[in-house]
Amino acid sequence: MNHTWIWENLPLIGDLTLSHLWLTLTPTLLGLIVSLPFGWWAHHSRRGRPFIVGTAGLLYTIPSLALFIILPTILGTRILDPINIVIALTVYTVALLVRVVADGLSSVPIEAVQAAEAMGYRSWQRLLLVQLPVAVPVIAAGLRVAVVSNVSIVTMAALLGIPQLGSLFTQGFQLRLYLPLVTGIVLCVVLAVVLDLLIVWLASLATPWRDRTVAA
Amino acid sequence: MSVLDWFANPSNWSGTDGIPTQMGFHLLYTGIALVIAAAIAIPLGVVVGYTGKGERLVAGSANALRALPTLGLLILLFLLISPVVPGQMVYVIPTIVVLVLLAVPPILAGTYTGIQSADPDAVGAARGMGYTKMQILWHVQLPCALPLLLSGIRSSTLQVISTATVAAYLGLQGLGRYIIDGRAQGDFFQMAGGAILVAALAFALEIAFTLLGTLVISPGLRRTSRRQRTPVPPAVGAIPRSAR
Repeated sequence: MNHTWIWENLPLIGDLTLSHLWLTLTPTLLGLIVSLPFGWWAHHSRRGRPFIVGTAGLLYTIPSLALFIILPTILGTRILDPINIVIALTVYTVALLVRVVADGLSSVPIEAVQAAEAMGYRSWQRLLLVQLPVAVPVIAAGLRVAVVSNVSIVTMAALLGIPQLGSLFTQGFQLRLYLPLVTGIVLCVVLAVVLDLLIVWLASLATPWRDRTVAA
Repeated sequence: MSVLDWFANPSNWSGTDGIPTQMGFHLLYTGIALVIAAAIAIPLGVVVGYTGKGERLVAGSANALRALPTLGLLILLFLLISPVVPGQMVYVIPTIVVLVLLAVPPILAGTYTGIQSADPDAVGAARGMGYTKMQILWHVQLPCALPLLLSGIRSSTLQVISTATVAAYLGLQGLGRYIIDGRAQGDFFQMAGGAILVAALAFALEIAFTLLGTLVISPGLRRTSRRQRTPVPPAVGAIPRSAR
């Protein structure tokens, strides 16, 4: 195998990695933000829960490549616009996280909620200062799954010609070369592991009262 | 011209690259991959769930697999076997291997968690009635595991439908052909048509699995599973280890 390919294409690999990172992180964060109110609603309302969880389940069934193509027809965007990828992955992230947020809020011990109420917290203070922080471990676990799958799903956009690490796969296929292909796979896995560990670290920062040992 | 015109065009509904044929190919690949995956995952899941051994290994490898990009894996396998395998098989084999690889973890996880989460009271009652271990496994634990097993097969199916679409990039038949060929020919309506067909197929299968669930899962089990949504205290120690 000729390693000069990597050195010659280092700027390209860097660019692709950066756009991959951007295409993964933006929808993950957007998805988290959108899923918080919906998850709260699903947790709060008895009738809302089956509706939200059911809709989320159906949205999650749409194959990614299909969603990348259907979205432009609905939104009127161009097929090559990376915004389609961002929106599609936001949809998946929300579909995954609403249920997790609802479960997380339900996992908060009733004693903690009652104590906050007795101390005179208003309902929004209780939500922001007690329920959400206590739900962080559950939400973080869902977010880890979401970010790792997003890293992998982004690569599908290479089939439409949107540049990110998946472009190295199609390049490897067209040139029948292992090096770009393996470089792309390795970078994807590294990116997934790094983002996964980042969430574990942020979650442990956000919950200093929890035991420091990291559960497998 | 719109996507509707693409669907209305009779030439898209007949011949070797017509919608029924490609739909058939898509379902064929999906079916083959699922049967192989189930043949591997269900017995393995029963062993893991019954003995409790290798659980961590199974869960760990399932997580690791999620990080591996499917498209990259597909192309890598294709490049690896393309010098040795002749003809059409060069597209089929890597696709089936990747599809099986993706389909095994959800079915495996569904089987072993299903067996482990079988109501300890039901297992205990069966023991009290003199059931042998095999009878408990076959008549109590497996039926109790059915909801989770079925949901594992459902996730696998959707994953396989989705990935079989991508396999068209290698040159395989199936609904993904319309997306890949449409992209190559700059024919957006063909792409959109293929995308809609794939999404519709996924929806239809999702609904089919929901219906199947109401048919095959014991009604009594559905009641208890709803009751158990509130976390039950770990009553694991109440049952002797050999019974699980």
